[in-house]
This record gives sequence, structure tokens and C-alpha cells, in this order.
Amino acid sequence: MSVNVSDVLHVAKLARLGVSEERLPQLVAQLNGILEHMDVLGKVDTTGVAATEGVGAAGTPLREDGGEPVPLAHPIESFAPATRDGFLIVPRLATHDDAAEETA
Amino acid sequence: MSTVAPTARSIATQVVAGKLAPDQAVREAFARGDAAGVGAGGLNALLWTDRTRATEQARERVVGDDTQVDRGLLAGVPIAVKDNIATLELPTSCGSRILEGYVSPFEATAVTRLRAAGATVVGKTNMDEFAMGSSTENSAFGPARNPIDPSRVPGGSSGGSAAVVAAGMVPIALGSETGGSVRQPAAFCGIVGVKPTYGRVSRYGLVAFASSLDQIGVFGRTVDDAALGLQVIAGRDVMDSTSASVPVARYADARDASLTGVVIGRPREYFPESLDARIREKCERAIELLRERGAEIRDVSLPHTDLAIPVYYIVAPAEASSNLARFDGVRYGLRVPAPGLVATYEATRSRGFGPEVTRRILLGTYVLSAGYYDAYYRKAQQVRSLIADDFRSVFASGVHVLLTPTTPTTAFPFGAKADPYEMYLSDIFTATANLAGVPGMSLPVGRIEGLPVGAQLLAGHFDEARMFAVAYALENALGEEAHR
Amino acid sequence: MTIPGWEMVVGLEVHVQLKTRTKAFCNCTVEYGAAPNVNTCPICLALPGSLPVLNARAVELAVRAAVALGCTVNHVSVFARKNYFYPDLPKGYQISQFDRPLAENGQIEIGTRVDGDAIRVGITRVHMEEDAGKSIHDRYPGVTAIDLNRAGVPLIEIVSEPDMRSSEGAGAYLRTLKQILQYIAVSDCDMEKGSLRVDANVSARRQGATKLGTKTEVKNLNSFANVERALDLEFQRQVRALEAGGSIEQQTMLFDAVRNEVRAARSKEGSHDYRYFPEPDLLPLVLTSTDVDRARHSLPELPAARRARFVSDYALGPVEIEVLSSSAALADYFEAVARHSGNAKAAANWVINGVLGAVNASGTPLEQLRVRPADLASMIRMVSDGIISGAAAKQVFAEMVRTGERPEQIAKRDGLLRVEDDSALVRWIDEVIAEHPTEAGRFLAGERKLQGVLVGLVMKKSKGSADAKKVNQLLASRVSG
Repeated sequence: MSVNVSDVLHVAKLARLGVSEERLPQLVAQLNGILEHMDVLGKVDTTGVAATEGVGAAGTPLREDGGEPVPLAHPIESFAPATRDGFLIVPRLATHDDAAEETA
Repeated sequence: MSTVAPTARSIATQVVAGKLAPDQAVREAFARGDAAGVGAGGLNALLWTDRTRATEQARERVVGDDTQVDRGLLAGVPIAVKDNIATLELPTSCGSRILEGYVSPFEATAVTRLRAAGATVVGKTNMDEFAMGSSTENSAFGPARNPIDPSRVPGGSSGGSAAVVAAGMVPIALGSETGGSVRQPAAFCGIVGVKPTYGRVSRYGLVAFASSLDQIGVFGRTVDDAALGLQVIAGRDVMDSTSASVPVARYADARDASLTGVVIGRPREYFPESLDARIREKCERAIELLRERGAEIRDVSLPHTDLAIPVYYIVAPAEASSNLARFDGVRYGLRVPAPGLVATYEATRSRGFGPEVTRRILLGTYVLSAGYYDAYYRKAQQVRSLIADDFRSVFASGVHVLLTPTTPTTAFPFGAKADPYEMYLSDIFTATANLAGVPGMSLPVGRIEGLPVGAQLLAGHFDEARMFAVAYALENALGEEAHR
Repeated sequence: MTIPGWEMVVGLEVHVQLKTRTKAFCNCTVEYGAAPNVNTCPICLALPGSLPVLNARAVELAVRAAVALGCTVNHVSVFARKNYFYPDLPKGYQISQFDRPLAENGQIEIGTRVDGDAIRVGITRVHMEEDAGKSIHDRYPGVTAIDLNRAGVPLIEIVSEPDMRSSEGAGAYLRTLKQILQYIAVSDCDMEKGSLRVDANVSARRQGATKLGTKTEVKNLNSFANVERALDLEFQRQVRALEAGGSIEQQTMLFDAVRNEVRAARSKEGSHDYRYFPEPDLLPLVLTSTDVDRARHSLPELPAARRARFVSDYALGPVEIEVLSSSAALADYFEAVARHSGNAKAAANWVINGVLGAVNASGTPLEQLRVRPADLASMIRMVSDGIISGAAAKQVFAEMVRTGERPEQIAKRDGLLRVEDDSALVRWIDEVIAEHPTEAGRFLAGERKLQGVLVGLVMKKSKGSADAKKVNQLLASRVSG
């Protein structure tokens, strides 16, 4: 399988990566250069093979509902780019009235 | 260099005996680092350091809590930590612009355990951005250099940690592995590098690249130092759901273990026709020495080995694309202002991430996206199971440890691998262990044209003790030959 | 609402906040109303290197909900990452469950058809996930304020089958669901605080059609009433479009309560690509049969069973049953009173009129009411044994609400025990006659209809403790005598 310019643009949008026009052709070529090596997997017979996911028969360990939270050695304000009155501040969404929605 | 630099064991022994003050041990480390030029302009291996603070911390330990230092396995030992492992005072930038200047408000479990054992963190080491690379050329803060030959790469992604250990500054450093990022630079720099079993060491505080593959590893100039370091950081941690409750062995106890009854496998897929004959010869020599010491050698096969790189470069970027989504400029790190939220995200992330990280995020997003998940991610995770089954069967057949070359080449010059996939092939012998979750280590077995060659040992899940037994024996058998 | 020739088809997705002390994956408290970003830590802030560890209590409550909704609990379920960017989603993904959810294939009864058959709604799945934080768009000009106190709070999502055929049916489902979840104490289900949230999938099809129409998802529904209004509006919109020969676009609609309208959200359904994959930071959630059995056995009697039993055990009417079974606490209270008093009818009356009246008047929850069920039962027995009159009982009860004292004490202290002693009654009658000479004179002169007035005055003087029958006899004897 291979990707084209519009695939890369779509994926860049999903990943919130701004990709400049001039970088696109090279990126497409590089990604295809990588993806061509992946095609070999398509030829492997994996009938009945379970996908690797998490090991340990006992399952994920659980913690008690309580205990102390991990403290912050220095406050949010010391590492956050913008805060006000304890809130983290970000530029307002262009479509903020669709607040329940992810923006495309 | 390695002859003058003390081992962790010797430092700890002297500190416990009261013959060496921990702060003096730290000062000496900085002096050795200065002599080797580990900082910017030199090897560029050490990114962040605070000499005053490190020296004070070492001194305070004696004044405030000498009983703890006395008991510590690593009493007074100066250590370096890869820049993607959270420390409280020094920055944790992952070799990236997007985290430049970020100081973590919490500490990685591995670091806490090292400090509890008496060690002092003297600096954070250079790395490929977010551990994506095999040469440390992808660092936003410039490439690190190989102390053996500064015109060549130290390997990566933990190149800085390998370099500060190889240069003699510290006896032990922490690295991290996702596909070979400890073993490969260890091989390139002629030192020992251990990647433990997945789940052996807590990942809490290790900035995630590919969560199902990541594991903190240890560098040392000797097998013994690597064993001590691993023993300290290994073990269950309630903060990491994937850390295992398997008991931790005293790995250094393996140092005088006999090889009688130990079966060492030579997997044919790791010795292909195309393998550099000189690397083959060094590995065969190592195998021969182990046979002389009583080990049984068996030819074995891990038939799905050649699928490891394609699988790895689907699984790792897929997980990375998700793990790196948190770098959005909202809560910490770089924010590049732009009109509107989405534009700010895009500006921040395209400015903050370098080209290799960008490529892998795009690749990972693509293989997870609608319509491609089954063909890529799911398929890769199935083939990953086949790779893991290869190891299971070979270890179930009575083989204890595998010996292979660590890398297909010795350290290469800067810029030698311009094509991304060619660079990816540097991990061809190491990525399998991460995919299968088994432990592995690299140790020096000689040099070619002055450049170190590493042999890789691989063992079954949580069988690090046996792996160390073989490593100790091989190190002994080789003696100075390991560095010739 | 019905539109002739058309049928509404509704399925609901309900998010419910689990009643834990701490968040799903970290030890931060879930306490509501704290200052912004106070209840956060490296894990729920998604600081680099932090990792999730699952809350045992959240699992326990989720399993409890799943079995109460009749679901099959999967022995292995898998957490998955749902990837999307939003500033109140710190990790850039939500830990949720996708293709292997906690539980599947349940159903609940939401009412009875005219023919007596139960109306059932299928539960497709119940899965665990974490909440996002809050984005506040109207606090500061030009910017959005982010509060992550809610980020990581444990939720379950309950997805129904498209089994509802009207907005009223959807309302009934939601009320039933909420009542069950409150009965089993897994959630407060407080829509105002956001601990219960609803998204609705709705489609329209021709009456008699078997194929489902294209659905839209309606969001921003902040009350059950709004769910019903929004469903009707969206159904009308779809039918209008279809009748005009148009088609329905699969998209997200937002309900605007102020303008009473639904409108398309700006981003389209197709633009979402959540790139789900198994969460590598957690292992699969493994539950044994013992875990599930324990949850099943620890369930209290559910509302439907309780209502059925109230019919058979107490012979109560439908309205009384509806009220008394509305919450587990009230039903428990009623049953305690009924058991201790041996008089279910009176117990129902007193709980509905007295207890609920007191709860509503004072605003204190039932749990804090000072009247203990056993004491209320004693009072009911005192009435039926003739120790106090019905009128005196009202005063006794008011005192019980105020002081929490036992009814015997109050009746004795306030002189409310029924008085049959002739001398006291004669004294009160004499006093009333003396105080009301006009009425008394006319009565004694033979105006019999004034007897009721005089009896009332005597009763009042006795604070209700006089035996009214005796007073009548005594007054009547004065006229004839």
C-alpha cells in the first residue's frame, strides 16, 4: 500500500501537525519508502494468531479507592504556558459554540 | 580511559568504608567528564547538569542520612540519566524543542530507587528526540559524539548515556529501550548495555515512546556495574500497571556461576550470509570461549526474525502517535501562538517536533486510521505474537541464552544513514527482544579498525540472572581482548 | 408525539459518573466544586512519564451496574485509547473500552403495555471510561479556560438498543435507568452536576417498515425533559425532510434549549477518526466468576421487583407503590414502618403524607430525618389502639419531626393521651358552656345542630385528647336530662 499527498494531509490534520506545502512531496516519498517494507507482513499467514495485547493472566492490577495523590513538586503555573485564576488558558476554539464537539 | 575510571562497585566500597566522600566522588566524576569533554562543543553527551546542586546532594546524604548511604548498594556512585527519564531538579526535555526547559514536578521510580541506594544524579544525557533514532543525530540539541571516535555516532537513541559511561565520567547511566536504544549504543561505544524483561523495571517517569516496547535499561563499563544498577531499579512498582511482581535476583551473585549445563543458542537468522565477516568472527570467537568454559552450544532458529523491523515500525509509531498527542502546548512545554486553537496546536507541534518524530507520528497515525488498522496495526500485532512464539519455543527447547551480534555494523560516521529505512535497519538484531518482551544485553567482544563490536545475549522472560551469568563468564574469558 | 404514518426509533447513550472517592486512574479526589485544577496530579494532567492504575472501586461499581442491567459481564475486557485532540483531554486520548467492553446484552423493563406485557429496552453494552475536563468558553474574552478537576473521573457508558419508539418511551427508559442506578448506589445520577449525561440517536421510518432509517445523534441534552423535547423536534425535522423527498445525513445535532431547536453541529460525523487501539499502559481487565457473582449477590432488590412485592405483600394501590418505591431509602423506610406497626395501609399514608411532607418542607434528606421508622410505627399503633386520637397523632408527629423524641413521651408530656375519664370531660364541657353562653343556650334549648360546634370546642380545649364519642354522649345527655 502507498500514500499520496491527500492521505498525508489527512493524517497530518488528525495528528495536528502543520505540514508545509514544500515538505509534502518529500514526506510522501519517505513514508512510501517505509511503507513498502511493510507489505511483507501481508504475506504472512496469521490465521488464528492472537494479536499481542497485554501480558499477565491475572489482568491489570487494581488500586484501592483512596490514598494520597502524587504531589507536584512545583505548581502548574511553573510549567504551564498560560494560566489565569488557576485555569489553564488556551486560544478559544474557532467553533466554540460546538463545545461538545471535536473540531475537524 | 576505562582503566582510570572507577567502577560503581569500587566507589561504593570506598564510600561505605569511609575512604571516599560521596561529594568527592561526584567532583571526580565531573573532572573526568571535563577531561573527556562530555559537554556541548565536545562529545555533546551531557545536556543538563548542576554541579553545585549535585555535589551538595551527595554531601547532604552523608551529613543527613549516613546509615542509608552505608547500606546503599550504590553508595556515593555518580550516575547519569537519559533526558527522557523524569528527575526533579534537572530538565527532562527528551532531546526535543517541545519540552525545552521543562522540569518534571515528579520523579521516575528508577531514579528514586537509584538515589535511595546512594547514587547521585550528575546530569541528563543527550538522546534522539523522544528516543526515535539510532544515532543521537535526531536530538534537537545537536548530535552526541562517540568517545571512541568523535567523527562517528555513539549510536542511539541513548547515545549520550552510552558516551558518558564510555568516556569514563560515570560508571553507570540509565538509558531507555524501545527497539535497541541501549544495546546498540553500548555496542557502538564498547560498553555493557542491558535491556531488561518488559515489566522488570517500572516505566513510571519514563516519557513514553511506545508503551508496549519501552523499558528503562542500564549502561555500565563492566557487567558487574550493569548488574548492580539493574538490581537496584528492578522490581514491581504500584505506579506502573505493567510492572511485574516477579522477585528480583541479586544479579551480581551470578559472577562466579559455572557455565556447566548452560545451553547457548546460536540463532541462524542473526548470522545471515550478508553479515560483516569480521563481526561474525568476533561473535564466533565469543561462542567458542563460552564453549571452552563449559557451555553447550546449539544452532537454533527464530524463523520470524526478518519480520521484526516491519512489525516494529508499525507498532512503535502507532503507539508513539498516541503517546505524543499530549504535547499540545496546553499544560506544559512549548506553545507557538497562532490564531485559534487548532492553528496553535499545529504551529506548536510542527515547530516543536523534529523531522523524524514528525515522520513517525504521521506513519503511526496512518496505520491506526480508519480502514488501515487491520491491514497494518492488527496484522503487525499478530506477527508480533509469532515473533514472541519463536523465542518461547527456543527457550522451551532447553536453550537458556542466545548469542548474536548486537548490530550489523560498527559505529557509522555522521550523516551516513540519510534514508530513514536504512537507519531503521540498525535495529535489525535488537528489535526482536522488545517485541517479544525478553531481556537482552550487549557487551564488548573486540574491535574492528578500532571500533567496538558488541555481542548480544538474549534470555527468557525474567531470566536476567542466567543472562548475567553468561555475560560475566564471557567478560572474564575475553579479558582485555574485549577492547582490542 | 406521533406523526401519522411515521415511527420514531430511539437509542440512547448514557454516561454515568461512578460514586468513587478518587479518579479512575489516579488518587485525585472526585469532589465536585473545588477551585480550578486543584484536584489534579501528574497522572490526570498527563505529565510526561505518568501512567494510569485502575481504581478497584470503579470496577466494582461498574460490574454492579452491569449485572443490575441484566448484562453478561465479560471475563476479559480491554481498555482502548480513543484518540482526539481537545484542550480538556490532557493525554490527547481518552481511556475507554472499544471492541471488548466490560459487559453486553442486558435489558430493563421500563413499563407495561395496555395489554399487560412488559415494555423492555435492550442494553447493548456497558463499558468503563474516564471523563474529560471542562472547557469554559464564556469566562474570559477571546480565550477558553480549562479546568481538569473532572479529567479522569470514572464513568460508565450505557448504550441501549434502538428499542424506543417515542420520546415518552425514551423518558421512561431514562427514569427507570436512573432509578436502578440510584437504588444500587453506583451513581448520584445528578444531571445538573453532570453525573448523568445523555446522547440520543434518533431516526424516522415509515410505519410498518422493518429497516432502520438513517440516524442522527442529538447532543447537549441537559435534562430528561429536554431529551424528550429534542427527540420530538428532531423526529419532526427528519419526517419533514423525508416527506419532501429528501434524505437524512448521518450527523451530530445540537439541542438549543433557549431557542427550542436542534441544529447540525459544525463538525461532521465523518471527520472523526478516533484510531482506537488497545491501551498498552494497562493490562486487560480480568474478572472471575466469583467477582461477578459477588456483585450479583450484593445487589439490593431492584425497583421492579420491589414494586411487584409491594402489590403482593401490602396490597397497596399503584400511586402509593410508585411513590414508595421511588428510592431505595424511602422503600426501606416504608417497609420498616409497615413491619413494626403491622399496618401497611397506615404506614403508607404516614410515610407519603407525613414523612415525605416533612422531607419536602424541611429540605433535609430522608436519611437525616429525626423520625425513626420504629417510632413512627409505635405512633401508628397508639392510634389504632385508641391511646391517642388521629388528631393528636398529627401533633405528636410534628413534635417527633422537630425533636426526634419517642411518641409515648410526647403524648404524655403534651397531654395528648386520649381522655375517657368522665370528670375531665365534664369539666371541659362545663367550661365550654360557660365560655360560649349563646351557643350553649341555643343548644340546650333544643337546637341540636349546634352539638357539633360544641364538640369541636371541647376537642380543641382537650388538644384532641378527648374521646369525641364520649363528649357527644355527654352533651346529648344534658339536653334530654
